[in-house]
Amino acid sequence: MSVRTLAQKQPASFAFKAEYMERANRVIAKYPKGRQASAVIPLLDLAQRQEGWVSRPAIEEIAKILGMAPIRVLEVATFYTMFSLHPVGRHHVQVCTNLPCQLRGSDAVVKACREKLGCELGETTADGQFTLAEVECSGACVNAPVVQIGDEYFEDVDAASMGKIIDALKRGEKLAHGPQNGRLHSAPAGQRTSLNDAPTPPPKQDLAAAKAAYDKAKAEAAAKAAAPKT
Amino acid sequence: MPKLTIDGRQVEVPANTTIIQAAEVAGVEIPRFCYHERLSIAGNCRMCLVEVEKSPKPVASCAMPVGEGMVVHTRSAKANKAREGVMEFLLINHPLDCPICDQGGECDLQDQAMAYGGDRSRYQENKRAVKDKNMGPLVSTIMTRCIHCTRCVRFATEVAGVPELGATGRGEDMEITSYLEKSLSSELSANVVDLCPVGALTSKPYAFNARPWELRKTESIDVLDALGSSIRIDTRGRDVLRVMPRLNESINEEWLGDKSRHAIDGLRYQRLDRPYIRGANGKLQEASWADAFNAIARRVVGLNGSRIAAIAGDLVDCESMFALKQLMISLGSPNLDCRQDGAALDPSVRASYLFNSTIAGIEEADAILIVGCNPRKEAPVLNARIRKRYLKGGLSISVIGENVDLTYPYHYVGATPDLIANCKPPEGSKKPMLILGQAALARPDGAAILEAARRVAEQTGTIKDGWNGFNVLHTAAARVGGLDLGFVPVADGKDTLGILNGATKGEVEVVYLLGADEIDTSRLGKAFVIYQGHHGDRGAHRADVILPGAAYTEKSGTYVNTEGRAQVAARASFPPGEAKEDWAIIRALSEALSKTLPFDSLDQVRAAMRKATPSLGALDTITKAEWKPFGTAGTISATPFKFSISNYYMTDPISRASPTMAKCTEQFAMGATPRTGTDG
Repeated sequence: MSVRTLAQKQPASFAFKAEYMERANRVIAKYPKGRQASAVIPLLDLAQRQEGWVSRPAIEEIAKILGMAPIRVLEVATFYTMFSLHPVGRHHVQVCTNLPCQLRGSDAVVKACREKLGCELGETTADGQFTLAEVECSGACVNAPVVQIGDEYFEDVDAASMGKIIDALKRGEKLAHGPQNGRLHSAPAGQRTSLNDAPTPPPKQDLAAAKAAYDKAKAEAAAKAAAPKT
Repeated sequence: MPKLTIDGRQVEVPANTTIIQAAEVAGVEIPRFCYHERLSIAGNCRMCLVEVEKSPKPVASCAMPVGEGMVVHTRSAKANKAREGVMEFLLINHPLDCPICDQGGECDLQDQAMAYGGDRSRYQENKRAVKDKNMGPLVSTIMTRCIHCTRCVRFATEVAGVPELGATGRGEDMEITSYLEKSLSSELSANVVDLCPVGALTSKPYAFNARPWELRKTESIDVLDALGSSIRIDTRGRDVLRVMPRLNESINEEWLGDKSRHAIDGLRYQRLDRPYIRGANGKLQEASWADAFNAIARRVVGLNGSRIAAIAGDLVDCESMFALKQLMISLGSPNLDCRQDGAALDPSVRASYLFNSTIAGIEEADAILIVGCNPRKEAPVLNARIRKRYLKGGLSISVIGENVDLTYPYHYVGATPDLIANCKPPEGSKKPMLILGQAALARPDGAAILEAARRVAEQTGTIKDGWNGFNVLHTAAARVGGLDLGFVPVADGKDTLGILNGATKGEVEVVYLLGADEIDTSRLGKAFVIYQGHHGDRGAHRADVILPGAAYTEKSGTYVNTEGRAQVAARASFPPGEAKEDWAIIRALSEALSKTLPFDSLDQVRAAMRKATPSLGALDTITKAEWKPFGTAGTISATPFKFSISNYYMTDPISRASPTMAKCTEQFAMGATPRTGTDG
């Protein structure tokens, strides 16, 4: 992660399209009057969905809509790394390179991406179709290595499957996301190695006996308190 | 009220106070960076960690409310270890540049690292570096030193009311910045320098000038607006190097306007350091005191008193106004005035020209009507007090005047004075307040507006037992003192307008300007003008004889603030060259005119002045003024109000001479002029 600043080149203006404005209004309506500022994160997200990234005019427009100072919106936009403050390609390829992914071979995935796309980490391809980025933990370590493209997670990728994904995207096809090695969700790859036995049922509780014991203890304590002190 | 024990001391404090506040009551010091009693609680520096019994972890005492029977240890091994750890983290990225840091010697981080930190660093890695930000001509930034306490952010948002500062990024990449690196557009911006516990925000004009221990500190009173804020003047030798606010709950709390703080470099420029006489060639020539006095005596002696007039300026102390009044009386002149702007202030009723509710009284008000006044420019510290009251809630504010940003929302009534008669505070207001500005009074129908304001105040319950919400906000530090002294036309004497008209027509032959620069000097006609003051400003340019006086930091003088609170400003340094204290000049001149005034020392002037006007002797107290009818009923014109201050940064001879104020004017008052890229 590096210092996140606004892009040098900014569009002249920003306005929500009717469809996005309607969604924004729905979000704003969720919060009580005077607390509209709470909608800042969803609105930034909507702006990013509309434009692909968060621009300075977008920040100012959101500030205006929510009645906040622009700096307050900028604080939020720079805090969350999932808001892109610079233009990104049509496909934002985010490769996780944190420890579990790296142990499972994310270096090879990054290498495959660089070769396939012809651009380095943090760069956008010349045709503006792909932006390659390295991200911190995506939170899907069980299916490491993980690559997020747009809203979708491609899991259990390796160099070969990564190449296939990029090729498909280049052709404009839509691929099935999720594990790329035939795994079902995060079920074990291959045979089950644990939890092979039937689960042990939880111990049965004799609630009546427990209540009797409790009442008895309580009565004894009461009797002890009532007894004259010797 | 919960009782708790802090370091073995029992204290009882109101519920919902925090441990750090309770510790203050108990007299226990807890180190802190982000906590500030006038700002909201952030709880992000963690320096105030203390041990609370039965709590598994150290507790941030600034954010933890007290509880009944709490036992707090601030110096236990656990607390000390926690602080040492926090300090080690804070110092990880803090540069070791104390020798070149302006905060050195008055740095919270330096002091607390000494007191609570470890004795060596275990950190081997690289320190981070942060790009410096532009925060305008008053605040210099070295952002690598920032420890992210966010005091400046909270000050800008809460007190100054300009939410322009913020913290972008997070973790190690967090940076304090203004939106798009614009200068902070507040008249209180330099207060962030005082708030910054490290050397990240320091004073730009004072950069690399001095170390705190080299400075002589004089506690005094500010005169660049009419609040009389408490200040400390730091001098080295004869130079005034900086002005800092002093704590004064009843006036400025602990804030100070940018002009009051930074106009002081104007004390070094354009000074009148010796007498001048206008020669036959029309040019001012250096002269001796004796020659100057003789030149005046030649014109004045034998002249009918009615052809002599005196106008006192905005920065003049009461002692010199008193001395000049005595001199004018002995010369038989009824023409004297301290209202340079021609404001229709009624000197006969004290309640008519005071901020009667007092400044602290703003916090009790529940409805405020502001008429012809821009408190943000005329008294920024007072404006911060109104904002503080607004933030508490339950305050309705209405404004008649120009529609400007006052840092709080208000109901805009309109721009013309005739609207005042219809203004009513909302139903159920218990303590309504009316603030009348100089823009409402310094106009031809000023007396009628004053009368209308009085009637509105009387009808809306602004005046009642135990509450007088009729307030006049002055812009000149000398004004209330002058009115208290009666530095106004005697009997049928001429006021400022009359004097100027008389001078134009030739009826007034000698005009004595005591630091008066805000008049239209082109209307002085052929009159012989004596200018006594400290700066070569408008008055001095027109003068025939210049008598060099002392500025407010160079003399001990009484000033009465807009509330009617008399305070004595102290002398911090000496006037330059041959300049003298003002009362002494008038005393010496009186001798040259054979009208010797009966005092030889400052004490004697003061005693005579206090005998004549006892309120000037009651220092730092408010005497409730009696409510009597005032103002003159008349027609009020529909001319919209025009605020008396257009440029906050240049209102008086000192700030007009100040290079720093010139930079501020360029940046804030003149509007954004695009830089071409070739002008540096």
